[in-house]
Amino acid sequence: MSEELKKVATGFEPKIMAFVCNWCTYAGADLAGTSRMEYKDNVRIIKLPCTGRIDPLFIIKAFENGADGVLVSGCHPGDCHYTTGNYHARRRWRAFKNLMDFTGIDETRLQFSWVSASEALKWVDLINKVTTQVKAAGPFIEYQGLSEKYDDGLGELPAETEGESKEC
Amino acid sequence: MEAELREKAKELLGSGEIGVVIGFGWNKRKTRTTPVFITKAEDTDKLVFNAYCVNNLSVYLTRKYPDVKAMGKAAIVAKGCDIKNLAVMIAEGQFKRDDTYIIGMTCSGVGYKQELIEANGGELKPEIMPVKCHNCDVRNPHISDAVIGETTDFTPPEEPVGMVFDKIKQIEAMDAKGRFGFWEEHFSRCIKCYACRQVCSLCYCDRCITDKNTPQWIDSSAHARGNFSWNLVRAMHLTGRCTFCGECERACPVNIPLNVINKKMAVVMEDAFDHRSGYDPEVHPPMIVFDIENDKEEFIK
Repeated sequence: MSEELKKVATGFEPKIMAFVCNWCTYAGADLAGTSRMEYKDNVRIIKLPCTGRIDPLFIIKAFENGADGVLVSGCHPGDCHYTTGNYHARRRWRAFKNLMDFTGIDETRLQFSWVSASEALKWVDLINKVTTQVKAAGPFIEYQGLSEKYDDGLGELPAETEGESKEC
Repeated sequence: MEAELREKAKELLGSGEIGVVIGFGWNKRKTRTTPVFITKAEDTDKLVFNAYCVNNLSVYLTRKYPDVKAMGKAAIVAKGCDIKNLAVMIAEGQFKRDDTYIIGMTCSGVGYKQELIEANGGELKPEIMPVKCHNCDVRNPHISDAVIGETTDFTPPEEPVGMVFDKIKQIEAMDAKGRFGFWEEHFSRCIKCYACRQVCSLCYCDRCITDKNTPQWIDSSAHARGNFSWNLVRAMHLTGRCTFCGECERACPVNIPLNVINKKMAVVMEDAFDHRSGYDPEVHPPMIVFDIENDKEEFIK
């Protein structure tokens, strides 16, 4: 690791994207908030109607736009607001987890979880755990570094794409 | 074998039931085979079948080719591996089994690329055959309306062998950084020509996700960062559907080992859901169904 990167790593606060379902995990996170529980503020939550709505592309896009870690969470099996969304998601995640693992984005950076609306404590623990884990792993320089490493002046991402993750 | 094939094609076209026979024909110099679309009985002599017949012609039955569809009911010359793609397309409702006449060819393997056979003086030898041929269990067509050629008694090895499997093991032995580095090296070469998509009979969406630009999901420039999203999404969209026909890797102008990633996902699907695609047109692809009781979730914390 170069000196410059080391410097970055020492004061490093990871960016973690959380893709959560509206009905369970988001409500769980909300409960944690209204109960005034404290947890690491590294997480940026994106609320979706259901885990079945979480396209694997969202996760890739998060990494592409500078996330150091991604968390995906929804209702426990059997509790889906739309009856079967999380069963479909569960299958898709199995494939996607293996694909990402095979391409070098392993479970230190990509986590899946079930958090129900009443599990505020689990949510707090989960965020703290994932944050610590990603912090230990350091910034995801492999992916983020691609921009500069292969910069030939032709392949720059448009500015608005860069900004997308910051808004959330 | 060829005489039998031509006879069959003549009979089909003559009966008026079939509008077009999609098959293989020689190029002018007889160094490659190329797809031919026979609509007249007198043209059936153009049909050939040999080790050069590498292409998977099932792509011409997709919605990507409405002009082929307009020719009427199609009869397709298909090797066992091509029939696997047809089976997935039927399972996904792209056409009905009765809408297509499948002329199944018994096959003793084809070359990995046509130029390799040419370099070997037109002869096929095991070294220039792709991994799929060495492990092929459909040399006798498994779904067909007519079978051309003599039955072969080839039995594939119990444990699949070949470079692809060695490569998967080799990649799995690396750490996360190593794996990322491996794919970075390959994906960064990608020029986003989308040949892998065009040649694939299972990439049949009217509008591919890469062509959508509000928002632009897949970066349109051929930059390493956006190349990851394209190649990962392509692999993900084919998970549980890919039949390992190997056309994407063959078509790739920069030799990205797409077979490795496709096979890896096929192995995952087989281990997790006991699903092998392309064998039964009645079975749904694993990503569109679920099993409440038996789907494991040990990785979901």
